[in-house]
Amino acid sequence: MRSNVADFTLIAPPTLNATLEILACDSSLYTPIAGGTELMVALSANRLAQKNFLSIKHLTELRFIDATPDAITIGSGTTFTDIRRHAVIATDLPLLNQAASWTGSIANQNRGTLGGNIVNASPAADSPPALLAYDATVTLVSATGTRTIPYRDFHLGYKKTVLRPDELLYSIKIKRNFGGYITYTRKVGTRNAQAISKVALACLALLDNGVVRDIRIGAASLHETPIRCTATEQSILNQPSTPSTIAAARAALATEVRPIDDIRSTAKYRAAVAASLLEEFLRTLSG
Amino acid sequence: MTTVHFKINGEEKSVAAPPMKRLLDVLREDLHLTGAKEGCGEGECGSCSILMNGELVNSCLVPILQAEGTHIMTIEGVAHLVEKNEKLHPIQQSFLEKGGAQCGICTPGMILATHYLLDKYPQPTLLQIQEGLAGNLCRCTGYMRIFDAVQQAGRQNLTTGVAE
Ligand SMILES: Cc1cc2nc3c(=O)[nH]c(=O)nc-3n(C[C@H](O)[C@H](O)[C@H](O)COP(=O)(O)OP(=O)(O)OC[C@H]3O[C@@H](n4cnc5c(N)ncnc54)[C@H](O)[C@@H]3O)c2cc1C
Ligand code: FES
Ligand code: FES
Repeated sequence: MRSNVADFTLIAPPTLNATLEILACDSSLYTPIAGGTELMVALSANRLAQKNFLSIKHLTELRFIDATPDAITIGSGTTFTDIRRHAVIATDLPLLNQAASWTGSIANQNRGTLGGNIVNASPAADSPPALLAYDATVTLVSATGTRTIPYRDFHLGYKKTVLRPDELLYSIKIKRNFGGYITYTRKVGTRNAQAISKVALACLALLDNGVVRDIRIGAASLHETPIRCTATEQSILNQPSTPSTIAAARAALATEVRPIDDIRSTAKYRAAVAASLLEEFLRTLSG
Repeated sequence: MTTVHFKINGEEKSVAAPPMKRLLDVLREDLHLTGAKEGCGEGECGSCSILMNGELVNSCLVPILQAEGTHIMTIEGVAHLVEKNEKLHPIQQSFLEKGGAQCGICTPGMILATHYLLDKYPQPTLLQIQEGLAGNLCRCTGYMRIFDAVQQAGRQNLTTGVAE
């Protein structure tokens, strides 16, 4: 059943400040809408609980990519196409570039935003594993100011985040200190293109004489939120990647993932494929 | 109701509509431009593809208020060139010659996605075509004829140029 569009309101305040003022007055009233590639699907399917929307798509203050020698800061309103077109992201943040190219079709990438992908808080979304591996920080903004927190603390539970209703996600910042890191990312879905993941990993590792000196593993669809697999990371840190440390890492992974059965896959399949992806990554680290 | 102003296929328009009304419905119901089709209504099929400020987008996912001040091109805008030139747009001609259109439901979206692709890659590789059209589903052709049509349009690009 189609929704009756006349039941919904949508406003587009001219600036970020005006938007934040409105959210400060009565944040319970309005839901932000950026590219709409989540919310408009819900509208068509008559699944939209909210009635009043506030467009942030036109706010140029939220659409930027700022690369300094130390860090890359991405405005929440940046589209996946913007990310794919950015030369510094392509060279310095290949995991994020790859995630952007996976996020639906070209038309979807032209509209969908990084901020929408994060705030929508799907455990299967494509950019979170990369952002977790890169240890991104996120800046939240409201009429009363900004706060910056590690992205790994952003998700509280299934579709629950620390974002207050009067706040917007403003930007995502990643340090540019991954020179020399080995990268690995793989998304497993029903087919290669245009499918939401059943399981995905985004990984980084730094080797020193064959010993793993730093390792970060971000995962999608293995928990009620996107997660960093810290127990798995710890199991192999400061060791070489060998058949026995790989076996230990697989065992550690099994202790920290909580995959579920749903329409896209089963918990059993997800756990098995995640372990295989982990092994595929760790084998690239073996001498 | 909100009044929204935009340029469509080169013409200034203003439409009064509920602000969350989908651009697709405004095109079809208010402006009687029925070239863009509704296949899925959820961003999966691309039959509602249009160009908004030169970017390929699914018009079923755009609330009309977000079209304020934009330039929109629909398949009618591509076909409009027919009147000026008395011949089909090279992309249309290629789809016709190569059998890239059968029932025609996906065709307006395919042609706009092709238009967008050829703007970026005038001579696209097969992989670039596959990625560029991956958001456009076709139930009839099996895609091979569509890929042939796009490649032919690309080759023609070399000599004539397909830009508006
Ligand atoms: C056909 C199709 C295929 C898709 N494929 C994929 C895929 O493969 N992988 C994937 O990860 N996703 C996929 N998506 C989902 C979607 O495109 C992404 O999640 C996208 O990033 C959402 O961004 P948006 O700006 O369109 O979000 P919107 O729909 O505008 O918003 C989504 C949510 O985020 C909130 N929000 C948005 N921006 C902010 C902000 N700055 N501050 C606070 N709240 C905000 C909104 O209130 C809403 O709750 C697909 C969607 C479609 C339709
Ligand atoms: S109708 Fe818009 S993508 Fe299918
Ligand atoms: S020609 Fe019929 S759907 Fe493509």
